[in-house]
Amino acid sequence: MRKFVKDLTVAGVDYPHERYVLLKLTDDELLPEMLPGQFVEVKVEDSPKTFLRRPISINYVDRESNQLWLLIQLVGEGTRKLAKLRCGDKLNVVFPLGNGFSPMGQKGEKVLLVGGGVGVAPLLNYGKELSESGAKPVFLLGARSKSDLLELDMFKAIAPVYITTEDGSVGEKGFVTQHSLLETETFDRISVCGPKPMMVSVARYAKSKGIPCEVSLENMMACGVGACLCCVEKTVKGNVCVCKNGPVFPTDQLTWDL
Amino acid sequence: MADLITNIAGLTMKNPVMTASGTFGYGVEFSDFVNLEDIGGIIVKGTTLKPREGNDYPRMVETASGMLNCVGLQNKGVDYFCENIYPEIKDIKTNMIVNVSGSCPEDYAECAARINELDNIPAIELNISCPNVRQGGMAFGVTTEGAQSVVRAVRDVYKKTLIVKLSPNVTSVSDIALAVQDAGADAVSLINTLMGMVIDIEKRKPVLSIATGGMSGPAVKPVAVRCVWQVAKAVSVPVIGLGGIMTAEDAIEFLLAGASAIEIGTANFIDPTVTVKVTNGINDWLDRHGCRSVSEIIGQVNA
Repeated sequence: MRKFVKDLTVAGVDYPHERYVLLKLTDDELLPEMLPGQFVEVKVEDSPKTFLRRPISINYVDRESNQLWLLIQLVGEGTRKLAKLRCGDKLNVVFPLGNGFSPMGQKGEKVLLVGGGVGVAPLLNYGKELSESGAKPVFLLGARSKSDLLELDMFKAIAPVYITTEDGSVGEKGFVTQHSLLETETFDRISVCGPKPMMVSVARYAKSKGIPCEVSLENMMACGVGACLCCVEKTVKGNVCVCKNGPVFPTDQLTWDL
Repeated sequence: MADLITNIAGLTMKNPVMTASGTFGYGVEFSDFVNLEDIGGIIVKGTTLKPREGNDYPRMVETASGMLNCVGLQNKGVDYFCENIYPEIKDIKTNMIVNVSGSCPEDYAECAARINELDNIPAIELNISCPNVRQGGMAFGVTTEGAQSVVRAVRDVYKKTLIVKLSPNVTSVSDIALAVQDAGADAVSLINTLMGMVIDIEKRKPVLSIATGGMSGPAVKPVAVRCVWQVAKAVSVPVIGLGGIMTAEDAIEFLLAGASAIEIGTANFIDPTVTVKVTNGINDWLDRHGCRSVSEIIGQVNA
């Protein structure tokens, strides 16, 4: 799949939460093909502490408006700089990178999409494409509290949404793996993106039920194209680049203790 | 349009811009972004006799205007390279150069001998300066005797252009350069990364899995320019300069310091098209300054 480096134009900036910014990017040309679960690397200008590009997952691709959405958690100087972008500004983007989630399966396939924190971002796009392909995605989203749930209306417009919060302010109280849905429903496969402890516990659940499971990793990376070998994850085939061979891996390929 | 043709010990390059080992994969990773044949030379990932898994994650940490890495020469070994990678890259019309590493002179020599048989690899860059592997690597590059032992062993079996990559982590880089020149090196390239360390103060632990790593990026450029200047004055073989080059102006500094060619490393991570931009920028700079060829400015710093 062809990769590009482009100056995209900021077409929208939303602040869904005090710790997040949603950038909507567009281009004069039609945006290239991008797969759900792939990511981009953005260049942060005028930020002395931000030397490397920042990898950001693709949150949503709106073909009608020719927009690429990036939901970004504000964690350091670089991401805070990105939150100061305004409509009309340019953002240099290398994309699309990585492998993405599993391709669309057969019609009626029940796919559980589990997300936590900013890890919900790529699941929106995946859920949309699964739904359009005739599969039956179900979202299970975990957050600390009600106000930490992002893009909830967008998720609900695509598929059923189940929620857990640590404080019980919405949905069931606890972690995603404690949700009653996992007792009452069965799924053909599971895709997870979120904090590592969450991904490990969902992967354990999947293994115990014999359900195929894939996770999206976010190891620290530099080049984004498989050249520098910095972001490696240990797999059954040895150290492989998360940026090129991932970020999505079937959990049976990893060496996690499940 | 200035004449950018550069000659490194029998190796003719269409321009003086090369890519540094370990930062450009095997070139093909960047073929969507640049025309690889526009690059003067591509130095591919460090290759060893036997496969190496490299060090554990985390292998990289960002620093002020740079980064540290401790990849540790992860590669599938020279047999895999010859059988699987070489066929993919041999028809790229530029100088495809292999960076060779090892843990003893015999391993270096055997690896180099294998690559000597590949028609479309006109040169190797001998890495005697990797700071990230315990056995070998930099251990050879920090003493004149160690450096010579590797270069002699390789020179006996390797018949094409032999470039030796030097470490800045030494008392006198000129002494090492002279030693490898005496041992048969056709050219030297410098600098490899500077050994550094970053500590996570909350965990009270080093960030990198093996505690230390090699520092690269624009933060190291003044050190690199100084090393190139010192070595270029000392040796008679061509010098290839690298260390923190981000722009054409950075490259010009190295050429003025005495480098006949330059390598771009970490900058490839920030801008995958940087090689072509630097090449065009060198040409523009030469035109603006009334220079007809790049060779006119090599070593022309007034110091």
